Amino acid sequence: MTACAREGALEVEGLARHYGEREALSGVSLSLEEGQTLVVFGPNGAGKTTLLRVLATLLRPHEGIVRVLGSTLPQEAWAVRGRLGLLAHEPLLYRELTARENLRFHARLHGVADRRVGELLELVAMDGRSREPLRTLSRGMVQRVAVARAVLHDPELLLLDEPHANLDPAAVELVAPLIGASSGRTRVICSHDPGGGLAEADVVLGLRAGRPALLRRAAEVDPAEIAELYR
Amino acid sequence: MYGKGLRALSISTVAVMTAALALVFFYAPLEAEQGFLQKIFYVHVPLAIVALCGFVAGGIMAIQHLRTRDPSWDMRSYVAIHMSLIFGVGTLITGSIWAKGSWGHWWVWDEPTLVSFLIVFLLYATYQPLRFAIEDPERQARYASVFAITAGAFVPLNFIAVRLSTAYVHPRVLGGTSNLPAPMALTFVVSLVAIALLYTTLCKYELTAKHARAQLRALRRRLAGEGAAAAPVRKGRSAAPTTLRPAAMMTARATGKDGI
Amino acid sequence: MRRTVGALLRKELLVELRTLESVPGMSLFAVTTFVVFHFALNRNVVDGDLAAGILWVTLLFAAILGINRLFVADAEEGGFDGFLLAPVDRSAMLLAKAVTLLAYLLVLELVAVPAFALLLLGPPLGQALPGLLGVLALGDLGVAAIGTLVAALAVRTRARDLLGPLLALPLLVPIVIGGARASSPVLASAHHGGPSARWLLTLGLYDLVFGLIAYALFDFLLED
Repeated sequence: MTACAREGALEVEGLARHYGEREALSGVSLSLEEGQTLVVFGPNGAGKTTLLRVLATLLRPHEGIVRVLGSTLPQEAWAVRGRLGLLAHEPLLYRELTARENLRFHARLHGVADRRVGELLELVAMDGRSREPLRTLSRGMVQRVAVARAVLHDPELLLLDEPHANLDPAAVELVAPLIGASSGRTRVICSHDPGGGLAEADVVLGLRAGRPALLRRAAEVDPAEIAELYR
Repeated sequence: MYGKGLRALSISTVAVMTAALALVFFYAPLEAEQGFLQKIFYVHVPLAIVALCGFVAGGIMAIQHLRTRDPSWDMRSYVAIHMSLIFGVGTLITGSIWAKGSWGHWWVWDEPTLVSFLIVFLLYATYQPLRFAIEDPERQARYASVFAITAGAFVPLNFIAVRLSTAYVHPRVLGGTSNLPAPMALTFVVSLVAIALLYTTLCKYELTAKHARAQLRALRRRLAGEGAAAAPVRKGRSAAPTTLRPAAMMTARATGKDGI
Repeated sequence: MRRTVGALLRKELLVELRTLESVPGMSLFAVTTFVVFHFALNRNVVDGDLAAGILWVTLLFAAILGINRLFVADAEEGGFDGFLLAPVDRSAMLLAKAVTLLAYLLVLELVAVPAFALLLLGPPLGQALPGLLGVLALGDLGVAAIGTLVAALAVRTRARDLLGPLLALPLLVPIVIGGARASSPVLASAHHGGPSARWLLTLGLYDLVFGLIAYALFDFLLED
């Protein structure tokens, strides 16, 4: 484990993933150190979600080397599961269950004590309505529960797909200690918000049609370059 | 790669087929009870045997696909099952004709082999719809393999179950082809070889055609790719030697593509 | 493994209790089908082969309703991804789902078998019950194994409502053969004694083989 820690949290070299003959990602290389934040920009269909799913061990890389937290994917995917938290487009929660039931279910899968569920519900200010089925809650509330699910097992690496979607400014502030820079976790964030995204980033990756169009330290990136990606 | 030996295989198939037909019509004696109609046996039974072996072979290739994740095994499994389905239609039609001729009905339920064949055929008939209902080609291949393995194991199990059920109602002597007179047995064996060769040849043709088409698409894609960042062609496909006669064809395709 | 299966089963139970989508529908369907059989066959009472056939066909079609819904919530609400992200054995999901389906079938039979005895069966249920229970249990195991595999195969396809039954029915034919043949002497008017050992053995072997096949292949259906 200590040997892993010295390496970067992410090492990606020439990653490609295709769906049949359509290439969703190709030639993506990047590296990220522990505690840093990578922000991925790109228009819809540029491959952001695919990249996130590959890093989350949900999709196998077809070409290239992918090392996440010191483990090579897909062979050592088992070692990474449980050490990363994914906040995807979908909340990955059952609509018919309550927030508490959903989180308890995930707590059991991850071997986390039930006590942590109550703590997290308070942290995302959902303890008041934690006993109502999710389908009766607003999308912003469901997103808050999803944030709680993503950090339930205290992951080292967070993979966030537009984490602030559906959240009002107060809620964004609320979840900041969990998934924001102050959480101290290594993060990969897919974003559509050039200003806000850039402010959080240590490293910026721009994708266009599955290929890297921009990869640089955030300090050296001009916001205009990001706007250019969406042209 | 797939095209190699195709000509020799085709020629030997035609030769053995001719020999088999000649034996069926001029050598094999007329059967005492059923007369000329019994000759359909030399087509029906080999078709059934080859189709079933093809289904099982498709399952074994599917195991290879799941183990190696090599898409070419999925392709082989697909072609084997697909061709077996066609042979299966032939089996059911010839069986039906035979049943009509000897028992007066187009379908009889107390022929366990035919009944089990129908059940197997109905199961495999969902193979293509299953494939078409999955978009992602990789998942399609994986799911199709899971189906092919399950169904391949189902083939013998189903035969045992159906035979048990029929034997239970009408106890019958389980006599096979072992007590055929020698000329009939010889004709049967040659027919079986002929049908098996036909199956192999057709599979090989289809594989070759599919392979060539895939290569063509890969080439087209490479030509369409922008300059230096040419799309890397998938392994396994690029590794195969090309069987195309290129220059003229490729440029024609390329301009066609540019027009779009 | 036990912890994971427990968590999954608990989740299944909660979802089913809240939505009541599967079990009540299956049971109601079975009872309605008996009524349909009464009119379709124009019979007030049935026994023997016919009784066994009606019972098994009804149970089978009711089971298919449950099979079709088995993974829908997981496929549509991201339950698969949520499960795959956890550091757990994937076979736990197969086991949990098969147990869930088995429980559905048991509840279904708890309703359907008495209803069948009340509505259609000629001979008294009492004498048939001991033999019938054994046959039903063996049949249910096979339906649970095959049903779970087929449901997982069909759920992430475009035509899942169609493909599920089309895949399941032929695979379940041997279970119908075994189940119906084994229960026919039990349901006969002149009681012929228990189900024949041969059919019970056939059912048992079929269950075992498909249990192993489902175990070996299920993981391939989860990954992407």
